[in-house]
Amino acid sequence: MNLTLKIWRQKDASSAGAIETYQVQDISPDMSFLEMLDTLNEQLNEAGQDPVAFDSDCREGICGTCALMINGQAHGPEVTTTCQLHMRSFSDGDTITIEPWRADPFPVLKDLVVDRSAFDRIIQSGGFISANTGSAPEANSVPAPRDKAMRAFNAATCIGCGACVAACPNGSASLFLGAKITHLGELPQGQPERDSRVVAMVGQHDHEGFGGCTNIGECTAACPKEIPMDVISQLNKDLRTAMKHGL
Amino acid sequence: MAFLDGTTQTNQPSVQVSDDAAGFYTPGTPLTDPVAPTGPIKDRWVNRKFENRLVNPANRRKLDIIIVGTGLAGGAAAATLGEAGYNVKSFCYQDSPRRAHSIAAQGGINAAKNYKEDGDSTHRLFYDTVKGGDYRARENNVYRLAEVSANIIDQCVAQGVPFAREYGGLLDNRSFGGVQVSRTFYARGQTGQQLLIGAYQAMERQVAAGTVEQFTRHEMLELIVADGKARGIIARDLVTGEVSTHLADVVVLASGGYGNVFYLSTNAMGSNVTAAWRAHRKGAYMANPCYTQIHPTCIPVSGDHQSKLTLMSESLRNDGRIWVPKNPADAEKDPRDIPEEDRDYYLERIYPAFGNLVPRDIASRAAKYQCDDGKGVGPAVREVDENGNEKFVRRGVYLDFAEAIERFGLDGVREKYDNLFDMYQRITGENPYETPMRIYPAVHYVMGGLWVDYHLQSNVEGLFVTGEANFSDHGANRLGASALMQGLADGYFVLPNTIREYLADGPFNKIDESHPAVVAAKAEVDQRINQFLSIGGTRSADSFHKELGRIMWEYCGMDRNAEGLKKAIGLIQDLKKAFWSDLKVLGTADTLNQSLEKAGRVADFIELGELMCVDALNRRESCGGHFRSESQTEDGEALRHDEEFAYVAAWEFGGEDGLPVLHKEDLIYTAIEMKQRSYK
Repeated sequence: MNLTLKIWRQKDASSAGAIETYQVQDISPDMSFLEMLDTLNEQLNEAGQDPVAFDSDCREGICGTCALMINGQAHGPEVTTTCQLHMRSFSDGDTITIEPWRADPFPVLKDLVVDRSAFDRIIQSGGFISANTGSAPEANSVPAPRDKAMRAFNAATCIGCGACVAACPNGSASLFLGAKITHLGELPQGQPERDSRVVAMVGQHDHEGFGGCTNIGECTAACPKEIPMDVISQLNKDLRTAMKHGL
Repeated sequence: MAFLDGTTQTNQPSVQVSDDAAGFYTPGTPLTDPVAPTGPIKDRWVNRKFENRLVNPANRRKLDIIIVGTGLAGGAAAATLGEAGYNVKSFCYQDSPRRAHSIAAQGGINAAKNYKEDGDSTHRLFYDTVKGGDYRARENNVYRLAEVSANIIDQCVAQGVPFAREYGGLLDNRSFGGVQVSRTFYARGQTGQQLLIGAYQAMERQVAAGTVEQFTRHEMLELIVADGKARGIIARDLVTGEVSTHLADVVVLASGGYGNVFYLSTNAMGSNVTAAWRAHRKGAYMANPCYTQIHPTCIPVSGDHQSKLTLMSESLRNDGRIWVPKNPADAEKDPRDIPEEDRDYYLERIYPAFGNLVPRDIASRAAKYQCDDGKGVGPAVREVDENGNEKFVRRGVYLDFAEAIERFGLDGVREKYDNLFDMYQRITGENPYETPMRIYPAVHYVMGGLWVDYHLQSNVEGLFVTGEANFSDHGANRLGASALMQGLADGYFVLPNTIREYLADGPFNKIDESHPAVVAAKAEVDQRINQFLSIGGTRSADSFHKELGRIMWEYCGMDRNAEGLKKAIGLIQDLKKAFWSDLKVLGTADTLNQSLEKAGRVADFIELGELMCVDALNRRESCGGHFRSESQTEDGEALRHDEEFAYVAAWEFGGEDGLPVLHKEDLIYTAIEMKQRSYK
């Protein structure tokens, strides 16, 4: 198929950007979206034009590196990561607009590449269980109820891609935050730090400039791992409990 | 089998008679592990932990450790050494440590917990791993790996890794290829992700505590060896292009494997050999580089645009049955319409004891042979044979879940494998709940890597190497669910207990950026970057990479022979010349420039590829993932030659235009007896 691509080009963090238009031909429906961009870049390189910078790594939907706004939707029209989106989701003659994540806490570094280090700093503030290496008890000494362990697992499948933030009109990272709170809070090992964790992480989230949650639900609709919105309810519940405990 | 406690040597050193690689290498002096322990095997690690000197907590603050890579091996080490109070500087090329490629491991992690009371033990895990590695792994290291495996599960559970559990709340296990016990812990099909997030969170906790400083989007481009010791690295900030020097008392490479030398592999796009290769050029030996694991269950190539391959966890082989149509004419039929009697479940037929759970190398080669025989399924893809003739071959076999769905119900299968099935459907557009998957082998893991001793220290003093980047634990073939085990064993439990023996002599003399070794390393990096940008040729780095991959896959893939390997070496040498005269990299060095990053990685892959072929050419035997067609049994199975090749091939860099130098480390077995592997 032949496509028209409208792509955000921006030289670096301090320059202004703009949309540029490109044409690509003979795109196979079996290509992934990023392989389609590889094709464009090979074409640009041949023509002596600067290739489009975009992030990707595992290309199997798990590392969370790839992050494109495709026709205004985070990761495009399917519920998956950009790397797992295939060109069979598009038609010959389509015009596709490709932009980076748009959120103040995710500044653009170049073209489609953004800085998501705010997520690392949120984890640093408390997104862990303090268990020094070597100090762990026998693994089966603390049983974890299966349903709770499964809910923890489902929340823990968050890949930290930032689609939730990009999709949210408020630029909130509440889904990311709630996923971690739910993952660690559902496990017996996560209880000792449960109150302090939620207070610290919410504080860092706000400090980074992410917006508040107003239950719009765009985050969960855009989430490639289908993290459910009830993790945000869990987040709010845990925060309320922590405050009741005087934190 | 008899139990051997490790007090008597069971094998004789080998003497190589063949010399297929004559003219392509220089023989070097023999090599031994200078810190190899002896005595009863179960006491070796316990005793060594006691013998290794301690570093007083007050002194740890004065010791700087550089760790390159934040996967399981690097992330776990950064967390643990940070907790211990050392100053850690952690580097990764990704935008966050959480994205290292350990995250993509699906199936599980082995541990000798014996929760199923099915006869498992440390000794059995050790035995299975050495046997699975086709008796080409170092016994001492493997035993230690098995020994600490149980601690890993404890540690991960304490961190909040949500492993699969049974209804009573206790941990669940499944079985995996190459073994007959259930010792694999898992988190659905995302075990690597969950373990990595555990290590990442532990590491971020140390970032907050100030013991670990993380440098994301930084790529190591050179190792600094000053006064005989590894003392730092030169790294490039991939956003600003700034090239900076980082000095330390010790350097740890946990930079992963080099499977991307084949261009198409299940590795991440950015996975590369540069950190390890730069260290190799600075004197570190590269051991057994030809040992490559071709994973049997990957999604087949769909066309020339393919940028990477995707693995379907080997755990699928627990419940899926592999087959091809007996009659090639059935290849285009709907597989559901092919009756049982017209299907060949070839693994179950040839290997009745292990069936679909034979080790990866055996399963991969069997699939290749079925397709070579014209029994493959799926689209016929264009190939060029050795004489340059074009042919079309179906490269796929069925992995069928119909029986599992009947047995466990749709929900039962979904609960175990839903993310894998979804991924398959996403990529192929076919629904595996309804129709069998098509799979084909793909490059997945490398057992070869930088040579290390029992302490995980390379032959360059002060340079430690962990995880997939070293060579030590998997011999010629890695068993499923053992990569995660090794990465975390090295990072959490082994390195922290061996590095202290080295650091007890520190802090070492302070050096600064005016040291001649630093100045030289920095100049080399600048010169290389300028060269990439100034060649001004016509071809992208990617196009050279693709060509290298085709050469490697054709001649150094699942089936290798002397003639092909020699041809490959010539082709790679030509490719190297073309690369350095016709490369085209646009843009500048002082900005985010992905073409420039790629050029550096491809340049190193080309040199590595040549060494892999030389290593494969020298080893005129078949062992594990290394299959030489000259060395097979009458019925086509891999045939080892212990009398010639029971050694580790450790290659020393021979200089820019020199030949690599081969140092041999004899493999000594005391707690196990070498046997020809049999899974029949």
